[in-house]
Amino acid sequence: MAYTEEELKKELETKEYAYGFYTDIESDTFPKGLSEEIVVAISRKKEEPQWMTDWRLEAYRAWQQMEEPEWANVHYTKPNFQDISYYSAPNKKPKYNSIDEVDPELLDTFKRLGISLDEQKKLAGVAVDFVMDSVSVATTFKKTLAEKGIIFCSISEAIKEHPELVRQYLGSVVPQKDNYYAALNSAVFSDGSFCYIPKGVRCPMELSTYFRINQAGTGQFERTLVVADQGSYVSYLEGCTAPSRDENQLHAAVVELIALDDAEIKYSTVQNWFPGDKEGRGGVYNFVTKRGIAHHRAKISWTQVETGSAVTWKYPSCVLKGDDSVGEFYSIAVTNNHQQADTGTKMIHLGRNTRSTIISKGISAGKSQNSYRGLVQIGARAEGARNFSQCDSLLMGNQCGAHTFPYIEAQNKSAQIEHEATTSKIGEDQIFYCNQRGIDTESAIALIVNGFSKEVLNKLPMEFAVEAQKLLEISLEGSVG
Amino acid sequence: MDLKDKLVASFMAFEGGVDLDHPVHEIRSEAMKVFEAQGFPEKRDEEWKYTSLKALLQNDFSVFPKQNDCLDYKNVKQYFLHEIDTYKIVFVDGAYSSFLSETTHQGIDVCLMSAALSKPKYLPMIEEYFNKIAPKDESLTALNTAFSKEGAFIYIPKNVAADKPVEIIHFATGNEAAVMLQPRSMIVVDQGAELQILERHRSLTSNAVLTNSVTEIYAQANAQVDYYKVQNDNLTASLIDNTYIAQGRDSQVSVHTFSFGGKLTRNNLHFYQKGENANSILKGVTIIGEKQHVDHHTLVHHGVPNCESHQDYKGIFDESATGVFNGKIMVQDIAQKTNAFQQNNNILLSDKATINTKPQLEIFADDVKCSHGCTIGQLDQDALFYLQSRGIPQKEAKALLLYAFANNVLESVQIPLVKQRINRIIAQKLGVQIGFDL
Repeated sequence: MAYTEEELKKELETKEYAYGFYTDIESDTFPKGLSEEIVVAISRKKEEPQWMTDWRLEAYRAWQQMEEPEWANVHYTKPNFQDISYYSAPNKKPKYNSIDEVDPELLDTFKRLGISLDEQKKLAGVAVDFVMDSVSVATTFKKTLAEKGIIFCSISEAIKEHPELVRQYLGSVVPQKDNYYAALNSAVFSDGSFCYIPKGVRCPMELSTYFRINQAGTGQFERTLVVADQGSYVSYLEGCTAPSRDENQLHAAVVELIALDDAEIKYSTVQNWFPGDKEGRGGVYNFVTKRGIAHHRAKISWTQVETGSAVTWKYPSCVLKGDDSVGEFYSIAVTNNHQQADTGTKMIHLGRNTRSTIISKGISAGKSQNSYRGLVQIGARAEGARNFSQCDSLLMGNQCGAHTFPYIEAQNKSAQIEHEATTSKIGEDQIFYCNQRGIDTESAIALIVNGFSKEVLNKLPMEFAVEAQKLLEISLEGSVG
Repeated sequence: MDLKDKLVASFMAFEGGVDLDHPVHEIRSEAMKVFEAQGFPEKRDEEWKYTSLKALLQNDFSVFPKQNDCLDYKNVKQYFLHEIDTYKIVFVDGAYSSFLSETTHQGIDVCLMSAALSKPKYLPMIEEYFNKIAPKDESLTALNTAFSKEGAFIYIPKNVAADKPVEIIHFATGNEAAVMLQPRSMIVVDQGAELQILERHRSLTSNAVLTNSVTEIYAQANAQVDYYKVQNDNLTASLIDNTYIAQGRDSQVSVHTFSFGGKLTRNNLHFYQKGENANSILKGVTIIGEKQHVDHHTLVHHGVPNCESHQDYKGIFDESATGVFNGKIMVQDIAQKTNAFQQNNNILLSDKATINTKPQLEIFADDVKCSHGCTIGQLDQDALFYLQSRGIPQKEAKALLLYAFANNVLESVQIPLVKQRINRIIAQKLGVQIGFDL
């Protein structure tokens, strides 16, 4: 008998989150709650200089004055910020010099994630700055990078060792008061990555970090700062998985990219946090602020594959400040069951002859809601600015929704802007065609979805493309045919 | 006293002049409460992000304008489609002008809202249709509802095609420094009936005029409605036009909006499809300059399966003009096989002109075909060069290209005379002497 759609549905509904396991490591966790004392305590704990403590406090005070935004097309129970522990670090300190010293349990976690350190080391040119909860545990390939003058370390290390760089750039793209979650992050961020590529250096390998929320009830407040000095190039990967938990976990990260003249930054993300079970219980809240600034002839490229999280609220943006700078945004957002995603980008054209491209693919299945929200703004002085946007949505079933909210603001007559959006479903004829050639419905859908997302998948670095394709299959297969 | 307080205070005086026992009055009182609670929309309202009423509302508008019916036909003849026979419903400063109008009760009803509200024979119709599709929580529409008293009322019975088009014209004479007009119209086109309407607002003065108009249109099964809005007013007149349309099975309604002027023009055009196979057509051409502002807010609500909608808006913005397009297509989960299309193309001719556009799709059904496209660009320099190389002066060549750009929308105009008129206005707007309908 043929494999029916119903069977497929049933099988998928019961498909458990493959990466849902919980590592039992003793953690050094702060009591729940947020106050100035906690902010100061985090800062002390990280042995930060006074300016950093003040910076955090400034952000905390601003945050207190702010209200949680409600404009996004998502519905969720607001997190109780007093019920979160703001610091949690694996407590087997100090840092390891070799991999043998690492807690075997931790190593096991890595292995189950399929990215064990020793394997990573052997893998061609990937340095992993591993974030287990909030503290960098291991950093590899540091020596190779150091030879080129590249700094790739945790942000707390950077604050201690390269304060001049951090002080100059931290908060320069996403100011403390930028928005509610950015302010919260600025006040309490516990760790994250810092990367500096010196003038004219082409980073020889893809830099990558893996985030993982581990301790129950700990929000993850990552802070990433990437500075590409004049004429340099870096490709940065960020990937995430989190264990299954019933309690909603909050993730409010801030990523800042600075591409100085002629520099290029390529930032890729695969996000596969726990999306909640099929009843919509649990899952991660992903409220992220990502923004990059491109100076003269610089280029910033965001690529993201968003398959996880219960609620995603994220707009990687480019401020095209310098003349001839380029911004790109490639995104696949997949929602299933009760997931909600409100994601998109902002392209702020300020310089002359700036160009931007937006390709966004939204796929919604189950009872999920998937929104694209984007802004293309052409400033009055942005002569010859050019934008092309394309947002396609694919709907599977009639219980989900796909929404498009593009904002286009042009103040310069020489601007050329094109925007197009389509919404459709997988054609019965397409499935029939595949069936007829002996491809079963399940594979046919995977095939078609792959084709639909290809434009974006192609932009991912090799290492990620494979993982992303796998993720798409897991999150999507046969939601409907 | 600001305008909101003035309006709230005036409501009591208004109540003195209307029948308080009429069922509509309860609707008015409810609406007043909504307006009182919400006030005028501000920029922080998402729907009014790009259009600010703040400066406009500084004027001390007179809410009950003095009447002036000594308007000579020869002075306003140019605003009528005088070359062909039409029904006419004309208002001067908000009051009905019997002298300039031509209404009928023979076979069809082309008359006044005040008549429909006062005569018992229209009561069932008022009860069935009045304020039924206009959103209850939208403050400006509620304001109009609260003061609803006069406007056009048209009823076309089953299987009747109106024998000639209806013109609805609102004049403002400027006998006061600033007036606010709030016409309220209702149009019911019964099953299988047909109707063509031309509407315009015209200020004959340099005094400030603010019109907050609400029109409800009901197109029943198989009905055909063809509506043209010509907005070519002077620089001191502002218009907030709210048009709400409900469509039955197999009906077709098209609305063409030609926005060529006025200080601030805001068009809220909402279509609600309630019967299968309905087809909605929304088209618009905007050509403005100076400091004019035109905002098109459209909503097509697909609530039943197998329907179609087609939107096409072209904008040409010169000098310091600002254009806004906010189009929304909403497809409900049961509205399978919907085919919705939306297009918005814009040309900016000056460095100071601004366009803000926000085409939105909200889709809850999977078996649909929905798309939107939006562009902002310039004239094709090669085409311009081509025309110039053939001896066409630059100004005329530009005008020809701009006309061609807007032509998609003009092609579907069904009344030839209206098309001619529009062509003439476009030529005038582009500052050329050529006739486009060669």
